[in-house]
Amino acid sequence: MKTVVLVKQVPDSGAERRLRDADHTIERESADNLINEMDDYAIEEALRLQEAHGGEVTILTMGPTQAAESIRKALSMGPDQAVHVLDDALAGSCAVATSAVLAAALRTLSPDLVLSGAESTDGRVQAMPHMVAERLGIAALTGARKLTVGGDGTLTVERQTDEGYEVVTAATPAVVSVWDTINEPRYPSFKGIMAAKKKPVSVLSLADLGIDPGEVGTAGATSAVVSHQERPARSAGQKIIDQGDGGVKLVEFLASEKFV
Amino acid sequence: MVTEDPRLLPTPEAHDLLELTRELADKELAPRADEGEHRGEFPRELIRTLGRAGLLGLPYPAVHGGGDQPYQVYLRVLELLASRWLAVAEAVSVHTLACYPLAAHGTDAQRERLLPAMLGGELLGAYCLTEPAGGSDPAAMTTRADRDGESYLVSGTKAWITHAGVADFYNVFCRTGGGGANGISCLLVDAGTPGIAPQARERTMGLRASPVAQIAFDGVPVPVDRRLGAEGQGFSIAMQALDAGRLGIAACAVGLAQAALDYALRYARERQQFGRPIVEFQGVGFLLADAATQIAAARALTLSAARLRDLGLPYTAEAAKAKLFATDMAMQVTTDAVQVLGGYGYVADHPVERWMREAKVLQIVEGTNQIQRLVIARGLAHG
Repeated sequence: MKTVVLVKQVPDSGAERRLRDADHTIERESADNLINEMDDYAIEEALRLQEAHGGEVTILTMGPTQAAESIRKALSMGPDQAVHVLDDALAGSCAVATSAVLAAALRTLSPDLVLSGAESTDGRVQAMPHMVAERLGIAALTGARKLTVGGDGTLTVERQTDEGYEVVTAATPAVVSVWDTINEPRYPSFKGIMAAKKKPVSVLSLADLGIDPGEVGTAGATSAVVSHQERPARSAGQKIIDQGDGGVKLVEFLASEKFV
Repeated sequence: MVTEDPRLLPTPEAHDLLELTRELADKELAPRADEGEHRGEFPRELIRTLGRAGLLGLPYPAVHGGGDQPYQVYLRVLELLASRWLAVAEAVSVHTLACYPLAAHGTDAQRERLLPAMLGGELLGAYCLTEPAGGSDPAAMTTRADRDGESYLVSGTKAWITHAGVADFYNVFCRTGGGGANGISCLLVDAGTPGIAPQARERTMGLRASPVAQIAFDGVPVPVDRRLGAEGQGFSIAMQALDAGRLGIAACAVGLAQAALDYALRYARERQQFGRPIVEFQGVGFLLADAATQIAAARALTLSAARLRDLGLPYTAEAAKAKLFATDMAMQVTTDAVQVLGGYGYVADHPVERWMREAKVLQIVEGTNQIQRLVIARGLAHG
């Protein structure tokens, strides 16, 4: 089985993040950049399928130069190779344009299975797996908490929902997006880190993919952020000094905020 | 936080290794240490995770599945692990020590057959040298290995064995010849061999997640091809292993002390008395300044001894100095950390009282600090 895992580099969601005043995009240079957490689970799932069924695992990333760090990190977990779509014109791309670029790159790789995280911790749109599948004209099995591959290559997914789960199936090729309930991602090993330095990473530009730069990036965006504002600083809380009536005041406060 | 000046690391790969270690230490060790010590359960699965990551065979050749790392880099890894959970760092140190006799003195056939599983962390090792009657005088040991055809039959009792009952293999030092140091050999024994009986776990003051017990050997058959080195070479193998093991304990002490300093410093910056943080009072600030200085000195001494080892130069006395200085330092720094926290330091809600209990054992294991002084003095007298 030939699997491609979509990996996105995102700013650390645990750290302070800022938007640039000029174009309202994230200041990636100042942020601590990591692999999108949910993508780790997609990589792990790809590696488990490879261990069970053979084949190869390729990482596909669209992102600026520093995304190469996340590609190496992903490769250190075990995938065989990576493709990095890198082009200055991609900066500010909307989800629709991003899906066009990823789909074009996927066409050059012709995978049996495309795995991705169910959402990214920066955008949280959860639309990319669907959009990519639509562009490629293949099935999208999204929000998987379990994935099995049958003897005939049929994919069966337990699709996590608010109420429980649904079982859906599709023939390959297909896109499967996963939640963090699907597995426990492995740590890279020291040997894996060393080996990752030697694994092939092909860099593709928009020209390589035959995409007009005007259709992507800020220029080609179908939506635009027109303004942004910093989250207001947290104001000082209300201090209750216990003078015999502290308990009552606490309950009054909780009641006023509708906690009790 | 453990000092990580990249200039002090010899290679970019050492930097990557420490990054990996930090991730494992922060995500897997730190959140489990308090509970693990409280319950006294050996974290076997966690050790397997470290093994899969490649941390259980770092200073051994890659050809047998090791990490090919210089000792100074291995010690930085150990220090980082110890700063999050000493029992786990000690497990790595003991296991690494337990791989030494085979790696350094086994035949090629023995190494090819046995070493990969040991260095890969699938098999956990232990080191059986000390006996109930004497820890500091191993040449007086009484455990015997009598030849019986193509096997030895091992009988006797070993004491203070870390990983007793959880290890997969034991390095057993035992008497195959006459009295004294020249009658001792080293055998690599599968833990499942009939006749091996780990005794009840010692109820230790600290490091409660790390099982320590006596092990009784009663006519345990060990094939002759499990002897490491020649008959009579065991004592010299044991002493070489201990030189390296002492550096491991020194690195553990540095990590533990660094954790205590970091914790006490954070507390002293936040804790207000008389309207200001207590770190601004000289009595507290100087205590922390001394701790920071002593830690830096111990780290430098330990790494300097390790670099001698990496260059293939004699380092016995330097290892003894590092073990002595670093573990006495850790005792002092952890005690002072309790002092900085005052009453809060004395209760189990904060880890500093545990660290103080844990530091004590480091002054005792791998040769008491009195024995370290003996080694250093002997070197001075005859060097």
